[in-house]
Amino acid sequence: MKRIYAREEYCVGCRLCEIFCVVGHSKTRDILKAYKKELHRPSPRVVVWENGPLSFAFQCRHCDQPNCVEACITGALSKNEEGKVLCNEDKCVGCWTCITVCPFGAIKRGEGDNKKIVKCDLCSGEEEPYCVSHCPNRAIVYEERGVE
Amino acid sequence: MGLSMLAPEYRVDRDKERCIDCKVCVTQCPYDVHYFDGDEEKVFAREENCVNCHRCVVLCPTRALIIRKYPLELRENSAWKEIDIRQLQKQAETGGILLSGMGNPKPLPVYWDKILLNASQVTNPSIDPLREPMELKTFLGSKPERLEIGCDGSVKTKIAPQLELSAPVMFTAMSFGSISLNACRVLAEAAHDLGIYYNTGEGGLHQSLYEFADNTIVQVASGRFGVNSEYLKTGAGIEIKIGQGAKPGIGGHLPGEKVREEVAATRMIPLGTDAISPAPHHDIYSIEDLRQLIFALKEASDYEKPVSVKIAAVHNVAAIASGIARAGADIITIDGFRGGTGAAPTRIRDNVGIPIEFAISAVDNRLKDEGIRNQVSVVAAGSIRNSADIVKAVALGADAVYIGTAALLAMGCHLCRKCYMGKCSWGIATQQPHLVKRLNPEIGRERLVNLVTGWKHEIKEILGGMGINAVDSLRGNRHMLRGVDLNSRELDILGIKAAGE
Repeated sequence: MKRIYAREEYCVGCRLCEIFCVVGHSKTRDILKAYKKELHRPSPRVVVWENGPLSFAFQCRHCDQPNCVEACITGALSKNEEGKVLCNEDKCVGCWTCITVCPFGAIKRGEGDNKKIVKCDLCSGEEEPYCVSHCPNRAIVYEERGVE
Repeated sequence: MGLSMLAPEYRVDRDKERCIDCKVCVTQCPYDVHYFDGDEEKVFAREENCVNCHRCVVLCPTRALIIRKYPLELRENSAWKEIDIRQLQKQAETGGILLSGMGNPKPLPVYWDKILLNASQVTNPSIDPLREPMELKTFLGSKPERLEIGCDGSVKTKIAPQLELSAPVMFTAMSFGSISLNACRVLAEAAHDLGIYYNTGEGGLHQSLYEFADNTIVQVASGRFGVNSEYLKTGAGIEIKIGQGAKPGIGGHLPGEKVREEVAATRMIPLGTDAISPAPHHDIYSIEDLRQLIFALKEASDYEKPVSVKIAAVHNVAAIASGIARAGADIITIDGFRGGTGAAPTRIRDNVGIPIEFAISAVDNRLKDEGIRNQVSVVAAGSIRNSADIVKAVALGADAVYIGTAALLAMGCHLCRKCYMGKCSWGIATQQPHLVKRLNPEIGRERLVNLVTGWKHEIKEILGGMGINAVDSLRGNRHMLRGVDLNSRELDILGIKAAGE
């Protein structure tokens, strides 16, 4: 399956991926409305890790054998036919078991009162995830690289 | 020093209706202009630091930023302009020599813009380059006086080594050290894709770029940095740098902080030491000395590569060029007074040298008058901005041109002219790892190849309009040029007629 890969040698640490992840998961998908008007702004599913000149964008790896799916107590997390690990928010109860078992720390808690988890859904329905299409330096790519 | 009298140069206008305080500008500004105030939870700017590099403007996701010239009016005076007052204030505060990056910005005439091109009408039909073949191929190197052809049609004359270009344009000398390795890679890869050449400058050739050797001209300058036998044998051509248009008569100085591991290894100098290129070559004090170096380099490269000599366009450029041709050079590169640089003393950059347009015609005339024009190719550099400038340069008598600033602009340079600070926000003129990675060579290569590809199409279009189907037929063809807004002395030196004549 196609996955998102970071090219740390070209990441400039601008965090536009985080900003556009929010836009991609907002109601209007309009950056000004998402940040200025919408009441419940979604959290970014991608995080830029930085240490000195080293930086890269990181999000769910959509593992072949995902611990989170096995550990999910309500069946909210599942791996679909394409291989994407997705969360059914109606079923998620915010127990955060998945967060404890994720070997990458790629799952986040929702902000504020929302205890449900947030994780990368590869921008389902879009040709390319928002973080990839909005990276100014091609430091995030979406491609098929075979089995990890 | 107490209070600085220097007002900011630029004002950062942030449209609060559009700003989402995302801090992209904060992460991207290497000059500490933008900052996030935690108490206010808003982004603000220290305008006095702004150099107008446009990194924040281009990356701002909501287009909330505009950089403007600082609107403070200085007391009007036609002798003491704002720039003069600012420069004086700066020197009064620092006591140093003023430094500048990139080419001469002064409002001196740009002669390219005073020269107009011809086109065919009725009697000599124009050519449509989309329907008919059009040749831009250019060979640089010494040409024989005459050709001897054998009975079987083979060429019997021994031809001196030549550089073969798909179009009369190359990327000029910019050293690894003055620009980043990623920027060098962009030049090398684009030259490879385009079938042209790039020049290493005096920084040596990084190991990772040896694979592009067939598209590399290696430079030997007064500091002799990175020069070794393998280097000379690797390049497709060798260039001796005597002078540079931005700073004729001046050497170079790469500060120690830029001499990091890779730069030090490539230049063959100790880590962190200043790389100082002397103003003269200490072994060249005459044309005879130059001849010795030219032939030493030819000897070292088995007489397989053309040797170029690069000089700045100065008052006696024609006589100097004649001497260089007689010294045995295959190519003469002339760099005009608008040529770029990573750093030059401002007064030198803005006041020394002559326009490249005059230098081309003066050199071409002199070499023709002496009957030695065939012995050398002439490459013009310094402020070639577009394809029309190339056509005009060739028509004035150049064989090809070098572009530097234009190539950097294609990569992302925004001409803020602060190269000498080593903090290039576009990852070009810097060695700092977190800035170097801002230039993704893949993207730079595509943009540079696009630029030159576009220019090739335009040159063909212009040639076709003149009814010419090969760039060789344009070379020195000054009938295709007419001058506007030039006095008769200028027209004479350029060797062109006035519009209407």
